[in-house]
Amino acid sequence: MTTTAPQTDIATQSPAAPADGGQPLLSVQDVHTWFELRKWGFGHAGYVRAVDGVSFDLEAGHTIAIVGESGCGKSSLMKTILGLHRPIKGDVVFQGRSLSGLDRGGRRWYHSQVGYVQQDPFGALPPFMPVKRILEEPLIVNGVRERAERERRVREVMEEVRLLPVGDFLNKFPHQLSGGQQQRVVIARAMILRPKLIVADEPVSMLDASVRVEILRLMEALQEAHRIAVIYITHDLSTVRYFSQRIFVMYAGNLVEQAEVDELLSNPQHPYTQALLAAIPDPEPENAHIYRDVPPGEPPSLVNPPRGCRFHPRCPHFMPGVCDVEMPPDFETRPGHKVKCWLYQEE
Amino acid sequence: MSTHFNATEPAPNGAGEQTLLRVEDLRLYFRTARGVVQAVDGVDFDLQRNEAMVILGESGCGKTSLARSLLRLLPRNVDRFTGRVYLNGQDVMQLSEDEFRQDIRWLKISFVPQAAMNALNPVLRVGDQVAEPLMEHLGIGKEEALAQAREAFLHVGVPVDFLHRYAFELSGGMRQRVAIAMALVTEPDLILLDEPTSALDVLTQANIMNVLKRIKQEHDTSYILITHDIATSSELADRVAIMYAGQIVELNDAAQFFTQPYHPYAQGLMASVPRLRQKRDPTFIPGQPPSLLTPPSGCRFADRCPARFDKCDQDPPIYQVGERRLVRCWLYETESQPVPLYDTPVQEAHSP
Repeated sequence: MTTTAPQTDIATQSPAAPADGGQPLLSVQDVHTWFELRKWGFGHAGYVRAVDGVSFDLEAGHTIAIVGESGCGKSSLMKTILGLHRPIKGDVVFQGRSLSGLDRGGRRWYHSQVGYVQQDPFGALPPFMPVKRILEEPLIVNGVRERAERERRVREVMEEVRLLPVGDFLNKFPHQLSGGQQQRVVIARAMILRPKLIVADEPVSMLDASVRVEILRLMEALQEAHRIAVIYITHDLSTVRYFSQRIFVMYAGNLVEQAEVDELLSNPQHPYTQALLAAIPDPEPENAHIYRDVPPGEPPSLVNPPRGCRFHPRCPHFMPGVCDVEMPPDFETRPGHKVKCWLYQEE
Repeated sequence: MSTHFNATEPAPNGAGEQTLLRVEDLRLYFRTARGVVQAVDGVDFDLQRNEAMVILGESGCGKTSLARSLLRLLPRNVDRFTGRVYLNGQDVMQLSEDEFRQDIRWLKISFVPQAAMNALNPVLRVGDQVAEPLMEHLGIGKEEALAQAREAFLHVGVPVDFLHRYAFELSGGMRQRVAIAMALVTEPDLILLDEPTSALDVLTQANIMNVLKRIKQEHDTSYILITHDIATSSELADRVAIMYAGQIVELNDAAQFFTQPYHPYAQGLMASVPRLRQKRDPTFIPGQPPSLLTPPSGCRFADRCPARFDKCDQDPPIYQVGERRLVRCWLYETESQPVPLYDTPVQEAHSP
């Protein structure tokens, strides 16, 4: 009932929106997002290969998590999906429409379909706008002209994210809210156009432990209630379980392993994933008496990534002549569990 | 059993020769435009030699203010700074600012500040920065100081040829190690670490924790680790102090704390940690911490506490519930075992 309103005003702007007949909601096809390095402002000095050949499909209503360390390219991938970076090769297809082929109206339609929850809520909210105005903005941009209608939808979404009582929050400025409340406003803003996909970039990493779970629960509830697809980007594997169906592990611009959450957590196969899981502590008193096994070194430069598998210089199972020659393809070790590692090559 | 207090005053209350640090009724208030903020409000604890204590708390609970007051690195708007801090039995609060700077800070207590990796001087080579405390405080010549800095680099796992690099040439993890080397180089009795790994990646964080564990094992160093990250804090903790609204509400040993804490707030915090290896749904503590401008009378956690009862309107005293186990909660007037409050996680009703 409530979702009809945005569709009518958006449909007028994008008459070519096709119906989704069995295709995935979002399809990321061999995306390469490279950034050119310049010398003296104009000479070419190579590329930062932030995203280097990433492909996956996301069905409507499904949730995935992309896990990786800082500098692995997860934010670049996210911005490519949001249409903020243009891939130099490959394409992002949303409901059958390629992002690279969208005109201005098409981009507006796309941004009404995809919500974005930023990492730092305070930085993401304009400091001089009250909550009401912040939430109205996407409606105004997307042509909801009646003031009463906007007000109704602002109140509705605020109730959904539990900014209650709504009247107390409507006229507050971001600095008057706590971190958790700010993040609720950010979520409400991402939700207000009833998007089909939400991209959440570390939505809880800036929040305190006790609030973190509250926000994760809220996002989970909204996801289920509205059947929104979610891409959850994080470095914190321990929060992934509460919130996604599949995990993609990213290392140095590649997706090195993907599987269902429980499968990946109980049966990690890529040496990098194994190292990552081993390094995460649960709060146990025994932790203080053990040393953790950590692979040596640091993630490689994305300007000159190592030949072959990018993890090989740090890998405990490094096979000379194999791993440092060619990039491994995806090996499917179990149904739905893919890993980019030569260890799993079938004879 | 000789007591080697180099102090003017004997240690109070029969503190053993193992006691390195003893803090009594420490208070640090700030003046602000809206009134006086009671950031640290009557904190007591002690720390033994070679012990690592974790101070856990949410943002704004006063944990960084506590660290800064131990180091006397105070901003200008201090309203009240009182209490007693005994280091090796010496009441360092009696020292003048100059004496404290010369004799205590960095020689006895050193500090790894929050976001230490961004606290390095960008125009000094990192080796010179690590050598600087030696030259300043111990009057060691440059050659010798650099040799010791080199030693410190080896300890924390930074390649020694990095001595001649600048901070921007190093990765975040390496910079953090340099900051730790700088805190280590004077061989202090106590190192204060303020969120040493919160900005780092998982693998780097595990690496730094390994370094800190090794230093603790090989030297006689004690740590006070200030963090909000409960899971990571268990990597180092011998003891845990939980801070809430400017006060320590529970002091416990790590073995007990991480299995079954006492204070309702501590239990709520533990229940809110997402776990990788257990399929237990985390819960959260509803509400927010009180303002430190006008803290409520009575127990400061009462408004959010699932076990609240009529006594909670009065300020709870500190109860001793075991050896070196203290808890500030009325529940333990009669109980001496933890009263579990969060065993069955509350399922939040999903919004329609």
